[in-house]
Amino acid sequence: MIDTKKERLVIVTAGLITGVIAAGLTKLGNPANMGFCIACFLRDISGALGLHQAAAVQYIRPEIPGLVLGSLAAALWKREFSPRGGSAPVTRFVLGFFVMIGCLMFLGCPFRMILRLAGGDGNALFGFVGFAAGILAGVFFLSRGYSLKRTYRQPAGEGGALPAIMVILLVLLVSAPGFIHFTETGGGPGGSHAAILVSLVAGLAVGALAQRTRMCMVGGIRDLILFREPKLILGFGAIFAATLLGNLYLGVFHPGFAEQPVAHTDGLWNALGMFLAGYGCVLLGGCPLRQLVLSGEGNTDSATAVLGLMVGAAFAHNFGLASSGAGPTGTGKLAVLTGVAVVSVIACANTFGKKQ
Amino acid sequence: MEKLDARGLSCPEPVIMIRKAMQSGGAAYEMVVDNPVSRENVTRYAQHEGYTVSVTEGDGEYTLTMTK
Repeated sequence: MIDTKKERLVIVTAGLITGVIAAGLTKLGNPANMGFCIACFLRDISGALGLHQAAAVQYIRPEIPGLVLGSLAAALWKREFSPRGGSAPVTRFVLGFFVMIGCLMFLGCPFRMILRLAGGDGNALFGFVGFAAGILAGVFFLSRGYSLKRTYRQPAGEGGALPAIMVILLVLLVSAPGFIHFTETGGGPGGSHAAILVSLVAGLAVGALAQRTRMCMVGGIRDLILFREPKLILGFGAIFAATLLGNLYLGVFHPGFAEQPVAHTDGLWNALGMFLAGYGCVLLGGCPLRQLVLSGEGNTDSATAVLGLMVGAAFAHNFGLASSGAGPTGTGKLAVLTGVAVVSVIACANTFGKKQ
Repeated sequence: MEKLDARGLSCPEPVIMIRKAMQSGGAAYEMVVDNPVSRENVTRYAQHEGYTVSVTEGDGEYTLTMTK
């Protein structure tokens, strides 16, 4: 039997710790309202590897390897490391790709959306409305039988591949060979970061906490709608509360819409970007953070989604799809609408197609 | 006892599956899942619906027996 009170207490505690770490990372060097941002950090890593050439956003963010390896460590400790995969990997890659397009329209993943709200960024309210609507759209299909079919056991090497890539990324970060690109200090968000060890330890801690508690920004709203189950959204709320208090303590809570850090004021496209992100994430089974954590547990489908996110980031910057502080781009708007259409086709095909 | 196979399915699918089955108001269900998250989520849902849940584990799979 499950002690739901204890379970809720644990996820609230984990959320509070995560929020404090997120606020602390901005004090220690990360961009404002960006203690964590899975989309932004994967985008920075794509840039560091030369997959895109946006000089302002290139850095191997140690938080990402930290999250995956923290989850791996927790999973090994609890004997939950289980290499599995084979549930529509290409579809998951495409979903990951378009989730990133949505995130870079808004300028943040669901995790950063919470952090932006906790920093007083009113534009994230539009993002939140779109995000919730996107989750509702996904739930519509889930409750009608949407499924990407079953996963199967995989060899240990397959499950360990993404964690191994994360170790290689850390080696590349520390050794800094010439072919890795790093944004210069003051040259953009990629140049703002906490010390490597601080970021890595923060990632490890949050990765382990997220693995144990199954924390997921999408799952919170999804489970509340589907099952009236509040566990995951309590974690969501705890992160918001702790980050808000942390920002107030640090004097970096700035309520308003204009001049918010790494954000734009186009409400409609903030909402539509997060609509696409929420919609795609429900069909993936979890937010970008959850995909990293599942990758650490040996889930190769989630690893494929992570690769889709990274390639989506590269496309977003190579083709001018990502927004900037000045606002969204025309091609970015077209990409988001295309994404909504593609995600809808995937949803319909995997809900109604199987009944034929 | 109605038997359900949710092996290989990721959450929330196993919970949706048991919810659909429980709408018929049966007294006992048995579901096999193969990951701890599904075990927790299905257990939590069944408990909430007033079922008593017992779990047996073997070879990476969990058999959940839910009775009222």
